[in-house]
Amino acid sequence: MATTASIHAHAAPQGFIRKYIFSLDHKVIGLQYYFLALTAVFVGMFLSLLMRIHLIWPAVSLPLVGDIKPETYLSLLTMHGTIMVFFVLTTAPQGGFGNYFLPIQIGAPDMAFPVLNMLSFWTTFIAFVILIAAFFVTGGAPLHGWTGYAPLSALPNSGPGEQLGADLWVTSIALFCVASLMGALNFITTTLDLRAKGMTLMRMPLTVWSWFITAILGLLAFGVLLSAGILLLLDRNLGTSFYVPLVVVNGQVMGHKGGSPLLWQHLFWFFGHPEVYIAILPGMGVASQVISTFSRKPIFGYKAMAYALMSIGLLGFMVWGHHMFMSGMSPYSAFAFSIMTMAIGVPSAIKTFNWLGTLWGGRIRLQTPMLFAIGFVSLFVSGGLSGPFLAQPVLDIPLHDTYFVVGHFHLIMGVAAIFGIFAATYYWFPKMFGRMMNERLGQIHFFITLAGTYAIFMPMHYLGLAGQTRRYSQFTEVAYQTKLIPLQTFMTYAAFVTIGVQLVFLFNLFWSMFKGPKASDNPWEATTLEWTTATPPPHDNFGGHTPVVYHGPYEYGVPGAAKDYIMQNDPATVTSH
Amino acid sequence: MGLAILVLIWLITFFSTYFFAAKTWWLPHGVSTSAPWIDHQFALTFVVMGVVFVAAQVSLGYLVWKYRARPSSGPVRYSHGNTTLEILWTALTAILFIGLNLMGSSVWATERFEPAKAGSVPVEVTGMQFAWYFRYTGPDGKFGSTDPKLIDPSSGNEAAIGLNTSDPAAKDDVVAGTMFLPVNREVDLTLRAVDVIHSFFVPNFRFKQDAVPGLAIHMHFTPTEIGDYEIACAELCGLGHYKMHGMVKVISQADFDKWLAQREADKQ
Repeated sequence: MATTASIHAHAAPQGFIRKYIFSLDHKVIGLQYYFLALTAVFVGMFLSLLMRIHLIWPAVSLPLVGDIKPETYLSLLTMHGTIMVFFVLTTAPQGGFGNYFLPIQIGAPDMAFPVLNMLSFWTTFIAFVILIAAFFVTGGAPLHGWTGYAPLSALPNSGPGEQLGADLWVTSIALFCVASLMGALNFITTTLDLRAKGMTLMRMPLTVWSWFITAILGLLAFGVLLSAGILLLLDRNLGTSFYVPLVVVNGQVMGHKGGSPLLWQHLFWFFGHPEVYIAILPGMGVASQVISTFSRKPIFGYKAMAYALMSIGLLGFMVWGHHMFMSGMSPYSAFAFSIMTMAIGVPSAIKTFNWLGTLWGGRIRLQTPMLFAIGFVSLFVSGGLSGPFLAQPVLDIPLHDTYFVVGHFHLIMGVAAIFGIFAATYYWFPKMFGRMMNERLGQIHFFITLAGTYAIFMPMHYLGLAGQTRRYSQFTEVAYQTKLIPLQTFMTYAAFVTIGVQLVFLFNLFWSMFKGPKASDNPWEATTLEWTTATPPPHDNFGGHTPVVYHGPYEYGVPGAAKDYIMQNDPATVTSH
Repeated sequence: MGLAILVLIWLITFFSTYFFAAKTWWLPHGVSTSAPWIDHQFALTFVVMGVVFVAAQVSLGYLVWKYRARPSSGPVRYSHGNTTLEILWTALTAILFIGLNLMGSSVWATERFEPAKAGSVPVEVTGMQFAWYFRYTGPDGKFGSTDPKLIDPSSGNEAAIGLNTSDPAAKDDVVAGTMFLPVNREVDLTLRAVDVIHSFFVPNFRFKQDAVPGLAIHMHFTPTEIGDYEIACAELCGLGHYKMHGMVKVISQADFDKWLAQREADKQ
């Protein structure tokens, strides 16, 4: 494997453009992904702020933004969802941290296909630019939601934003799929072929396992979404009828016939459900890594954790129909999807038990990365336990398309995944930038964000129970929903505070990049290979040699060892299992 | 720091659970034959998930505080896990989750696998941007044909759904913008949409079903209390989604017959 690795080594580039713009170095590409996601998350968060303001003060006119009309509100939620799911939750954990740390953690000098890696990033970047352009074209951004249900998304006259804006939206997603397919191939090949001597599969850090499984999910899921997107473009522009039957929009008979609106839903959710795991699995990997490191204990049930990741990946492809219980799909198939969905709760529960088992009997160092990993577990539990409600078709009847669903997925794939990204940021920042982030600011960021996200998203469950439908720009038209506005108002205030404190994070990030105290090579006394090399790592990651691995990834507190941790490349004889 | 985390997580757990347990915001009053079943399954799931939620959050907070690193901390418990425990909690979770699921399945099956019983009221629901229309068969017991070319949303009612008045079976069909239903009688529902997907959601009936263009979806339910209940569209259908609102008026059989006769007379 080391010989394969040397074939892929390439000389360090000179010159600004080859070094920082069109770089082939996985570390630079990882940072490019990270900063793209950082830009995207602030755009997405700003859109959600506008939505929260509009829900409470519909008449308010904001400087630069202007009036928010019902269709503007729908454009905001469409763009918020699309930006967050694709360009943040898929981009930062996998494209960002995965790119930067997967090769280093397995002892490789770079990704298997550096040029493909560069193309993958720049395709993602172009996709983002095209998506944002939808705001500025005639008619504005589309209003069909991030799920883009046909026929709404397939008919240019079904509403404002459904003309050029919707074409840009589909094109952006299709390009994103292409980029993700390139990335997935690269991750899978790298993990299989470029592991250092001694880095057996069962010695890989759980982060590597999670990026690897995520890449397999991406490879299988994005291809389907790409095809679905191309068919949608054909329906929209060439008069085909994949998704559109004979319909009459505002008295006008459209030219389509025979298409199936449910086909889009099947194709979309065949991608869409695995996508949830694409967003959260890397967070699980980071949580495992950080909880073990800061508890100074081996992860509880390493093998169970790896197998749980695999079974979540496998089951993740058999549950897409649980998004469609109310769609008119055969009610018999609902049983199968429902049982599989309940089954996927089992490996998720195993992970939680094992995180608690890791904490138990540890010597927990409560530094900022650990705070966010603990927050991740709390949010994962809260968001996960509303799943078994929605997984039961009879309970989905009152809850489907209400705020209960919005609360559920924001906690689990939104905020929990974001906490995974925060934990990863605070944890790997010293390695990436050679300096430490400020602990005090990190603590402020953690406590307010955790309390704030619960204050925003827990009430959504209550609203959903009371029947508050999602994607309503105002609640004044339905009497029973009007009564729920005070709770919505509370959530808007909670959102102000929570979004505000993210500026503390942003400040900490950039201030520490230049002014933070210098970091040592291994500030957290961790065991995996990225901590054995220089900070920041040299171009070929290990400065001309290839590491040899002797241990599993989480050898903390080994009785009889000289220190309370044994690094993976340490040939020490006191050893592990 | 450990104590601060414990306090925050426990407070979050307390407040989250309190508002569920106190039912400050809860399902609206149920007025259909399936509502008690669904509510029962709800309550059961709440108890089970609530116990797991509180147990997991409380232990998370406790463990973080209890095992925080202190100068006095002893060596850690060096352990790579425990296979018996792994098997135990895997099996328990599987039984719990899958058992819960099977218990709720019978309600789903009776509502969807069997057709409506004889003597039910046929009602056709049509969704369009941004209104609901309800069609009744009239004395002949049959729905007449519709024609997409005749659809004229601005004229409302019969014209809005494109009723083909040259069809003899269509002549006595009644189309209304408000849904009238006789109490305690099963409704044999047919759901359609003419433009995009809409979703017919009546929280009090615990009823929701998408109306999909190109499909005629059959469902049935029985309202059990006289009163006015709100319909909210539950599938994003365009800029007027939030105001695609309607009313169901559940009335006595006698009042229902009177209303239908009046509408028939108005048509003449």
